Amino acid sequence: MTENLGTSPDEVQFRFRDDETVDHGTVTVDACCDQTNATAVRIEPGDDARELLPFLDRLALVEVNFPSFADGRGYSAARILREAGYTGELRAVGDVLIDQLSHMRRCGFDAFAPDVRLDEKDAQRAFATWDNVYQATTDGRKTIQERRHGADQ
Amino acid sequence: MYKYDNYDQQMVDARVEEFRDQARRRLEGKLTEDQFKPLRLMNGLYLQLHAYMLRVAIPYGTLNGEQMTALANIADKYDRGYGHFTTRQNLQYNWIKLEDAADILADLAKVEMHAIQTSGNCIRNISSDHFAGAAQDELVDPRPYAELLRQWSSFHPEFTYLPRKFKICVIASEKDRAAMRLHDIGIQIVQQDGEIGARFFVGGGMGRTPMIAPMIRDFVPLDQLITYAEACLRVYNRYGRRDNKYKARIKILVHELGKDEYTRQVEEEFAHMLDQGVEPPREELERLKPFFADPTFEDGAKTVDRSDPDFALWVDRNTHRHKNDAYVSAVISLKPVAGIPGDATGDQMRVMANLAQQYSFDELRIMHTQNVVLPHVKIADLHALWTQLDAADLGAPNMDTIEDMIACPGLDYCALANARSIPLAQRISEKFDASGKTEKLGELKLKISGCINACGHHHAGHIGILGVDKKGVENYQLSLGGSEAEDVSLAKITGPGFTEDGVIEAVETVTDVYLAQKQGEERFLDTYRRIGMAPFKEALYD
Repeated sequence: MTENLGTSPDEVQFRFRDDETVDHGTVTVDACCDQTNATAVRIEPGDDARELLPFLDRLALVEVNFPSFADGRGYSAARILREAGYTGELRAVGDVLIDQLSHMRRCGFDAFAPDVRLDEKDAQRAFATWDNVYQATTDGRKTIQERRHGADQ
Repeated sequence: MYKYDNYDQQMVDARVEEFRDQARRRLEGKLTEDQFKPLRLMNGLYLQLHAYMLRVAIPYGTLNGEQMTALANIADKYDRGYGHFTTRQNLQYNWIKLEDAADILADLAKVEMHAIQTSGNCIRNISSDHFAGAAQDELVDPRPYAELLRQWSSFHPEFTYLPRKFKICVIASEKDRAAMRLHDIGIQIVQQDGEIGARFFVGGGMGRTPMIAPMIRDFVPLDQLITYAEACLRVYNRYGRRDNKYKARIKILVHELGKDEYTRQVEEEFAHMLDQGVEPPREELERLKPFFADPTFEDGAKTVDRSDPDFALWVDRNTHRHKNDAYVSAVISLKPVAGIPGDATGDQMRVMANLAQQYSFDELRIMHTQNVVLPHVKIADLHALWTQLDAADLGAPNMDTIEDMIACPGLDYCALANARSIPLAQRISEKFDASGKTEKLGELKLKISGCINACGHHHAGHIGILGVDKKGVENYQLSLGGSEAEDVSLAKITGPGFTEDGVIEAVETVTDVYLAQKQGEERFLDTYRRIGMAPFKEALYD
């Protein structure tokens, strides 16, 4: 049985980056646009991630909140930021569960702070679900279609 | 037909293992039912009134004899010896045990089949023209495009938790045999200045708020097809309503924003995405096309011996013109008089599989009208085919007649239904068969839904019936004038509803009005469109 450890949203359980973890508080998207010194921001499902595009250079952390795992807007927010060239930490927080990890990773999330700590083994298995992928995203993986046509050399 | 390569097989196998793991975690209590539900739905598993229902995907309705045989074997081994073909060209089993589900998925994977995304708030099975690759009037075979979309939409990382389910249809002829404009995205492959491209219609659907999809782009070049679809989906994923399940479909977004504003947002997203490399390499489409190449047709007889009137009637009713004049597409009706629309037994599925192997280059199609097609049958073989179909109770000569009705599973199976559909369908087909009126009525599309979700396509019926619950009693609303074809329109309600007996009488009444008013070769729908609702209303309520 897994224990419900009730970790805080900022407790990062999985991280796929080598740089230092940003551990200071985040501000809202509105505040980030007004405040010229904010370096960490938190996107809620209704926010427009594109409002952050002018500030990407100064941001070191973007948290995308999933109040419910069934609300998929955060996947689009993540891809929009990565497509715009954001290279800082992109952290999924909130109702982040095992079965969403592989898709989140593909959309550009590289850190995960689930509300409820996940079983390590189950999570590692989930990250490795897909040996290959059908869709091109910014995660740099060669798609099946590209491999079929010789782009994997 | 498309054949999996190692990559496709790996993806389906990975999905089976993923589901097995999810089921294990559910049993171990690591997943709550609320957390597990969307996962099992995305593998086609619903909890219905009496048992689990498993919906198997039949991509764009195309399958071969081996696959049909596997479906038959699953029906016999894990269900009660039958399955139900659906309006999304899929197959449903109604009596599945949860603990068998992963094994069934593994059996399906062995014949390149799956239940991926046959439910849930994700991109569903891609539907297409059931006569694709055979019809005389098509521009090209739409299935390579459908297969390209199938791969793109399978396990899409961004679009797995959409506001609501999402249905895409691809056709490639002016005639619409797949209800294209009643889909979330309808794609028509068209030709412009000698170049092939895709016309996009977005925001159609049935359900409680039926809408006909407006065209948002008349021509998308083929090397931008997936990118354009991705832009349509992203705008929907970001801005589709999530506050109210009944307003969450893309049709509501397109309606509320207006077609022009939705289109503007899609175009903006599309312009951005063109630089993102989301389009598969162009060679992929070229790789897919030969899978759907014509079989080797032989010359042969162009006509049949009509001395047997039963056979002649079946040929007239149930065959469709083929691009090669020595062949036809033959429709196997799953609507025997007083039968359950769309049901087939395991034995019948095996018969159909064998006949496909014998007479149709090992190919079958599922129609959205819940029938089965043998797409390429030699005219010279028709009598032998019909004889065997008839012996298996598969020879009903009723395609597109009032007996060829669509009916949802209704309150006999479905947890959402308010009223029964199946007994109504059975009684109507019995009545019209007995009175001999079916033939006189000609093309008449009757569609029955057991609740407002409209799985039985009642909005698109020449005659539509909607079952509702009126203070604990089943009540049926009648509507007229719908069409899912190229002359697409939404049916209008006649007035107050009827009891079960009453609505059967009402169907008879409106068909009598038609027969009395019909001019020339008019179909029921044509007469309705010419004379309007008033004469029907008068006959029904005065």
